Amino acid sequence: MRLRQRFYLVEVLIGLGITAAHFFANLGRHTARHVFGSKTARGAVTFQYPEERRPYSPRLRSLHRLVRREDGSPRCVACMMCETVCPAHCIYIVAAEHPNPEIEKVPERFDIDLGKCVFCGYCVEACPEDAIRMDTGILEFSSYSRRGMIYTKETLLGLEPAEPDGTPRSPIPIPADRTPNL
Amino acid sequence: MVRLTIDGKEIEVAEGTNIIEAARRLGIEVPHYCYHPGLSVAGQCRLCMVELGNNPRPQIGCNTQVAEGMVVRTDTPKVLEVRQSIMEFHLINHPLDCPVCDQAGECWLQIYYMKHGLYEPRMVDEKVHKPKAVPLGPHVMLDAERCILCSRCVRFCDEVTGTGELGIFDRGDRSEIGLFPGRELANPYSANVIDICPVGALTDRDFRFAVRVWYLDTAKSICPGCSRGCNIDVHYNIRRPHHNQGRRVARLKPRFNAEVNRWWICDAGRYGYRFVDDPSRLGAPARGRGDAAQEVGWEEIIPLVTAQLRRYRPDEIGVVASPKMANEDFFLLRRLVDHLGLIHVDFRVPPRTPGDEDRILIKADKNPNTRGAELIGLGPRPGGLDARGMLRAARDRRIKCLWVFHHDLQASAWPAAEVGDALRAVECFIYQGSNSNGVSAAAHYVLPSAAWVERDGTFTNFEGRVQRFWKAVEPLGLSLADWEILGRLGAALGLGPEPASAEACFKALAASAAPFAGLSYRELRDTGKVLSA
Repeated sequence: MRLRQRFYLVEVLIGLGITAAHFFANLGRHTARHVFGSKTARGAVTFQYPEERRPYSPRLRSLHRLVRREDGSPRCVACMMCETVCPAHCIYIVAAEHPNPEIEKVPERFDIDLGKCVFCGYCVEACPEDAIRMDTGILEFSSYSRRGMIYTKETLLGLEPAEPDGTPRSPIPIPADRTPNL
Repeated sequence: MVRLTIDGKEIEVAEGTNIIEAARRLGIEVPHYCYHPGLSVAGQCRLCMVELGNNPRPQIGCNTQVAEGMVVRTDTPKVLEVRQSIMEFHLINHPLDCPVCDQAGECWLQIYYMKHGLYEPRMVDEKVHKPKAVPLGPHVMLDAERCILCSRCVRFCDEVTGTGELGIFDRGDRSEIGLFPGRELANPYSANVIDICPVGALTDRDFRFAVRVWYLDTAKSICPGCSRGCNIDVHYNIRRPHHNQGRRVARLKPRFNAEVNRWWICDAGRYGYRFVDDPSRLGAPARGRGDAAQEVGWEEIIPLVTAQLRRYRPDEIGVVASPKMANEDFFLLRRLVDHLGLIHVDFRVPPRTPGDEDRILIKADKNPNTRGAELIGLGPRPGGLDARGMLRAARDRRIKCLWVFHHDLQASAWPAAEVGDALRAVECFIYQGSNSNGVSAAAHYVLPSAAWVERDGTFTNFEGRVQRFWKAVEPLGLSLADWEILGRLGAALGLGPEPASAEACFKALAASAAPFAGLSYRELRDTGKVLSA
């Protein structure tokens, strides 16, 4: 470390200078754009989340959803591939008999414990039926309890894929322990 | 004996051996579907092709007997190509529904495709559709689409059970396995066709969708269903407790033992494990009858029970051991009985309905270790009463303390009223067993024992073969192996330290009981030893 850097105050002042330079530069650009009507000046902005969302890449791994067949039943056949490949052991499937012997198997229970999920996307890769996807665009799942982080088959089946820019199309599922008025 | 060369290695085998078996002796695996050593040769699947000498055409290994000086090659490019083509042929109409198939993970189509197939599929036409999910009987589910028509199941029903329920119907690619009209696959050995089916065509209805096979672990064991002592593998699932409704033991599979059960087990034995994870299991020691019953710990119950055993005169105590217990338990019980000088000891309780028996495996005695109890000497002592005599004496208040192991006396051949009177009259009733039953509720002291899959031990079958079973899962709740309970009681009664393991009990047994002399767990190996006496 050089002598000048060891005098802490000098470095602090340099840092403040950089911050101030950005502040006044942006202030100038915003003034030029909004007060004087400049078309080219463009100041740095913050996304006004959650009213305004940043466009997401289509490859982003967001909240899972279960894909439905045309009749609304899950496409999943409870083969347990995702449960097996899941490194976090956060998927819990219980299989049941499907009345149609051509389909044969259907999940009676399909729970994902998002408190354990590491969003690796292996479940999507492993699925032979394209029955699970992580394309809802939903990133907001929080809960006041561990129990509330467990998303059931019914919740996951109700979700829709996101818009091409990543805007969620389905409402964010509110866990049972988090009422909107709270 | 015949000498031949397989893949450059020389071997001498008995005359009449086929090439698959000869190669197996050398550790060379000739892939096959239809051949099974316990059944006749069908030559259906054509997968076991090998090259013989200079013969330009490969031959099937299952139906070719060895000959002197024969030169067999199982790894030439021609053989490999033939295998690949036959795999492709077998899979032409296969639905490839591995995700929903219970066989996935132990399917020979999957295994051999990865080993010998790996071709680019050329099938472009619509596959032939056949019936799916058809129950053939109480235990077996058929999926005709997955079948490769190896005919093992047909031959099993024709040759082993002699019942002949199954046949192959129709011709060409529409051939399918099915039942003869008006028949049902309900013979006492029907579920063996599930084991020998190399693909997912015949699956277990009991195991259907229960657990995926790759979650299962295996422990070697002995079937406790009758005195035959069939060798089995216990398949249990403790990795994913949410499967199979939380039941740990998922299924039993036969384990090959040339001298006992060969490849088979009966259905009664195969599905007789449900008591292990049943809600009726006793989870903790308990004292007091009826409403006054309360669960206590082992450190509390052991002194209470020993105090009771000390309180009464030896001729006021009756012990009814169970032939469902292991040799190790018998040894410790015998030691305890001798120490206390008890004379009323027995283990025989006749069942209400006599057991069925046949010429294949099933024995009428539905207990795994009657012979062991006889050999270790748990019958009545001179002047002592047998089990029924004890009940009568209990009713007349001559026997004041009764210690019953495992038996449901209410379900025995004796009148329920007689049993009820005896249990009401007795001052102290100790019940030791794994599950609650008709008599356990009447007990003053309940000692919960571990099920046979939760412990190590040995059974002695009807012909005096001592066979080992291994621990698969942990004992449920606070339950302990019978030898452990008896060891703790013995220690509290001044019989020296508790034995450290079932193996130590067996060692002590071998040292003290003449028929078991010289035996040890190591000596027993996987297949057991017949007692010389």
